[in-house]
Amino acid sequence: MSETAEKDQSLWLLTASPTFWAAHFLLCYITAAIWCAKVVGLGGSLASARVAIAVYTVLALAGIGIVGRVGYRRHSHGNATLPHDDDTPEDRHRFLGFATLLLSALSAVAVIYAGLVIFFFRSCY
Amino acid sequence: MTGGAIVIWIAVIALAIHAFRARPGSHSGRHANYLILGGGAIVPTIVLTALLIYGLAPIPALLAPAPEGSLKIAVSGEQWWWRVRYETSDADAVVLANEIHLPVGEPVEFRLESPDVIHSFWIPALGGKVDMIPGRVNRLSLTPTKIGVFRGACAEYCGTSHALMSFYVRVEEKAAFDRWLMRQRATALPPSTPLAKRGQASFLANGCGACHAIRGTPADGVVGPDLTHVGSRLSIGAGILPNKPKAFVHWIARTDQAKPGVLMPAFGMLPKADIEALAVYLEGLR
Ligand code: HEC
Ligand SMILES: [Cu+2]
Repeated sequence: MSETAEKDQSLWLLTASPTFWAAHFLLCYITAAIWCAKVVGLGGSLASARVAIAVYTVLALAGIGIVGRVGYRRHSHGNATLPHDDDTPEDRHRFLGFATLLLSALSAVAVIYAGLVIFFFRSCY
Repeated sequence: MTGGAIVIWIAVIALAIHAFRARPGSHSGRHANYLILGGGAIVPTIVLTALLIYGLAPIPALLAPAPEGSLKIAVSGEQWWWRVRYETSDADAVVLANEIHLPVGEPVEFRLESPDVIHSFWIPALGGKVDMIPGRVNRLSLTPTKIGVFRGACAEYCGTSHALMSFYVRVEEKAAFDRWLMRQRATALPPSTPLAKRGQASFLANGCGACHAIRGTPADGVVGPDLTHVGSRLSIGAGILPNKPKAFVHWIARTDQAKPGVLMPAFGMLPKADIEALAVYLEGLR
């Protein structure tokens, strides 16, 4: 990875973890809604929907974990000093990496909070 | 809740004393970073997780159907009052309004609905809030464990007088509850004094019966609250005015002042004596 290559400083990676969270959130809602409205009906068992949501949660956490790791690696790269606010490629690099890591942590917590619900709800009410 | 707030308060004050009195001067940057990370991210995450679990755990039981044979009460949130229907097993339903009585220790199932906009049914002392959504029936099951009077409110903005849409819940012994329901099921008491008789005549003559029912009289409107036993309620106007003749006068003559935007026309143009007679009649409908 070249430190000055522009592609490595792209902002896109920053948005990856929150995107995993948003996709997880939507999928959980849509799955539960369709399952309860079209498949088992009111009072029906949520069992399969819970398994699906557990799978989404594991996948989302894995994705966020990978993004977080990449962010951490970029942050550890180079030796620009704190605070990373100089207009050098090195500072930019470390700053974006750190922000990616923090956003990944936040997204992971949010995904866990959404997924937590399946431990409590067993049927469609 | 108060305990938690006190702990946080003491911790913050202790830190302030530490920083200004006990150890003034500069602190190590490393320690300060740990404090920010711990106090700003880790502790809040743990506390929020604990609160989330604590909040999620009781919800399934509140949403599940109450046991077979439980008391069922349909409550409809309407701008800006509550239509209450006791669906008793033995005979047909009893339609009431703006007040709920419950027998202590017995499970009850609320069926929550709305004909107009989204409202939310909330009795903080008894259970979580549940939305009342047009076209849907939402369920709330609970078992009151304490005798007493509790306040309920609408918890979803539903228009101008949303904040004036409350009600009282009285939890009482089963025997007292049964007596209350029997009285509510009965038709209205006929007026006994000349003033109350004039009030009833005025009620029927001025079209109140187009919107309100008083069972046992020709008034059978269904637009507004059932008034058969309005005088027995703890409040009038959905929890906003005391159940006193003066409050009835205010409500009838200046309805829109008592409740802005209200869907009942004010009847301030009636002769004062008529309004007072109406008030005495309605207050007497125990
Ligand atoms: C157009 C329909 C309409 C007419 C006519 C009408 N009302 Fe009402 N009334 C309502 C509505 C709707 C409410 C509920 C208002 C609210 O709380 O938001 C109400 C509420 C009330 C209440 C409070 C009930 C409670 O449970 O606390 C009283 C008392 C009352 N009306 C008396 C009268 C009297 C007396 C008349 C005739 C002079 C009358 N109303 C005429 C629609 C009407
Ligand atoms: Cu409301």
